[in-house]
Amino acid sequence: MSGIKDIMETSNLTEKRIKEYLAEGKRFDGRKPGEFREISIETGVSKKAEGSARVKIGKTEVIVGIKLDVSEPYPDSLDKGKLMVTSELLPLSSPRFESGPPRFPAIELGRLIDRAIRESKFIQFEKLCIKKGEKVWAVFIDIYSINDDGNLIDAAGIGALVALKTAKFPKYDEKNEKVLHEELTTKKIPLSKEIPIMVTVHKIGDNILVDPTLEEEDINEVRITIGGTTDGTIFSMQKGNPKEISIEDIYKILDLAEKTRKKVFLNIEKFLK
Amino acid sequence: MTKEKIERRIVIPGEVIVKGENYLPGEGTEKKGDEIITIRYGLAEESNRLVKVIALSGIYEPRRGNMVIGKVENITFYGWNINIDSPEGGFLPIQEVPKYVDKDRLNEILDIGDMVVAKIIGVTSRGIDLTIKSRGLGKIDEGIIIKINSNKVPRVIGKEGSMINLIKKESDCNITVGQNGLIWIKGNKIEDELLVKKAIMFVNEKSFTSGLTDEVKKWFEKNKGEKK
Amino acid sequence: MPTKQFKRSDGRKLDGIRAMEAKVGVVPNANGSAMFSFGDTIAIAAVYGPRKMHPQHKQDPEKGTLRCNYSMLSFSVSDRIRPGPNRRSTEISKITEWALEPVLMIKKYPNMAIDVHINILQANASTRCAGINAAALALAHAGIPMRDMVSSVSIGKIDKQLVVDLNKDEEDWEDGEGSTDIPITMTSHDGLTHIQLDGRITSKELKEAIELARKATKEIYEVQKKALKDSVKEIK
Repeated sequence: MSGIKDIMETSNLTEKRIKEYLAEGKRFDGRKPGEFREISIETGVSKKAEGSARVKIGKTEVIVGIKLDVSEPYPDSLDKGKLMVTSELLPLSSPRFESGPPRFPAIELGRLIDRAIRESKFIQFEKLCIKKGEKVWAVFIDIYSINDDGNLIDAAGIGALVALKTAKFPKYDEKNEKVLHEELTTKKIPLSKEIPIMVTVHKIGDNILVDPTLEEEDINEVRITIGGTTDGTIFSMQKGNPKEISIEDIYKILDLAEKTRKKVFLNIEKFLK
Repeated sequence: MTKEKIERRIVIPGEVIVKGENYLPGEGTEKKGDEIITIRYGLAEESNRLVKVIALSGIYEPRRGNMVIGKVENITFYGWNINIDSPEGGFLPIQEVPKYVDKDRLNEILDIGDMVVAKIIGVTSRGIDLTIKSRGLGKIDEGIIIKINSNKVPRVIGKEGSMINLIKKESDCNITVGQNGLIWIKGNKIEDELLVKKAIMFVNEKSFTSGLTDEVKKWFEKNKGEKK
Repeated sequence: MPTKQFKRSDGRKLDGIRAMEAKVGVVPNANGSAMFSFGDTIAIAAVYGPRKMHPQHKQDPEKGTLRCNYSMLSFSVSDRIRPGPNRRSTEISKITEWALEPVLMIKKYPNMAIDVHINILQANASTRCAGINAAALALAHAGIPMRDMVSSVSIGKIDKQLVVDLNKDEEDWEDGEGSTDIPITMTSHDGLTHIQLDGRITSKELKEAIELARKATKEIYEVQKKALKDSVKEIK
């Protein structure tokens, strides 16, 4: 996810060392290729949002907020709620991000998260119907990067899940057709039991790993983001970066993603109760 | 007029460090009337009536004579554009390379993405002129590069090199510290290089402690044994 | 008839500022960064620079260029804001530049840019003031030479009563003479770098408002000072 060049874009020199070390199954910060950095989660970080979460993975930080509103349903799903996921790579979070309309990396991030949540049917859209054909709840998930030290995608994925889990509906005044955002109910968004955990697996040289630091992410050749449950069901998958990989590599990547999803889930479980 | 030495303390812009006709405004300060005022966030220090503020943060400001480490960003007909992490880019002209350069094969000497140790021979409005003609300068072949804030470099080097020499000895690595905050570490094993990286981060955090050299010695005793 | 003593919705004294929190270094990637909050209004700011300025034709050969970019997160307010710049955020970005530039000593950075990005995480009025306070902290933290710090606060007139640090209820007040909102930014030496007003007020009341701002910004300055001093763990 880079725009402007800065000196800390990984040099050929460091790239060589990273690959040598990876060949021994090691990384600069002492982690194994299948290990995530420390994940820290805070909820309710933005009180005007109906739900929100701040997720830190190592020094990478994202904030995700949920807003709920009432509007007309889409014509092809008159009794279902709506979902819109947007993401912004704030210029605040990296010297590489510029102000202006979202460029592809930001758009892609939003779409990756959208796909995992939508395809998994994590949100029970039929239960978001207020009046068929006329009024449904719309769920807005807005993702913002606060500091980019690699792996914004997975941090955003965790943030979206936790924010959705903790979100509460605002009161809806049906008579006046007004959403009273200042008054929250205790009702939560209807979510299914199948939780789509997103893990992006990266290939550097002959090795695959998860949760790269920015230094590692800069030299990845391929990345594949997979959204799925801890018991192996996959909802979404997308390969990024224009390099070719073998079928064996894909199998290895699928295996690593599945193993890692379980570990990530253990880490974030208590926020998903 | 008090003869006591002013205690070192963190000061912020606009803050009065000391009042008194005898005091002189050094780096990071300004004199207004009889007050020495901070104009840059940092550590205020006084010696012999000269009051200065040591910067804790901020970009690297290139000076002639500085040895720096940079990355090749671009190759032109006349030389290489080198990023030394300062707002103005550095330029290494062909003439400043200590060997014959085939004008069509500049990339064989230094390619884009290569790291190089260079010396600043001029700072002008056009940019920063570099050379790799002296000993110890040139392309970096092996090792890792880390970055610290350039203001911390004196601390990492230590008085007359005491700190950096201690780290070199304890880790058995070659270490080149660029004035611009980039540091090249080369050892026989990657673990040794990473140990140096951790040690430098340790010094970075504890910059203002006196007796830091002893603390670093203790740190090495503790951490060397924990190598995997 | 207005009540004798206006009661603030959160029980504060008329000249009471909400609980403030300030911290620097919140964005490790930036040259300098800070968060600042007035009660439920939270702003974060990050500084990148001085760095080469693009596009080239906008460079100033006599000094560095300060560029501020203020933006509210979509969920920072009750009614979601569609992402992207709008007129209000564009104006506040410029106001913020004008509030900060007088104290910056950037003649030594010709052709360079100092970029300040401000984001509001949570809004309960006085967002531009929180943003300016966070930005000033981030600039100092980044080691930019500054003659002085600046501190910003909103003074309000609720009907006929002057109060310090408006919250949203007070900003929205409609009874009597309604609400007059006066955001003011001052240096720690009583210099004024920014003032805006919308509402209805007499000259005399405005002078009182400025005096209230003078006192309030001194309090805010102490919070900013502490944040910068606390960022260095130990000095022996």
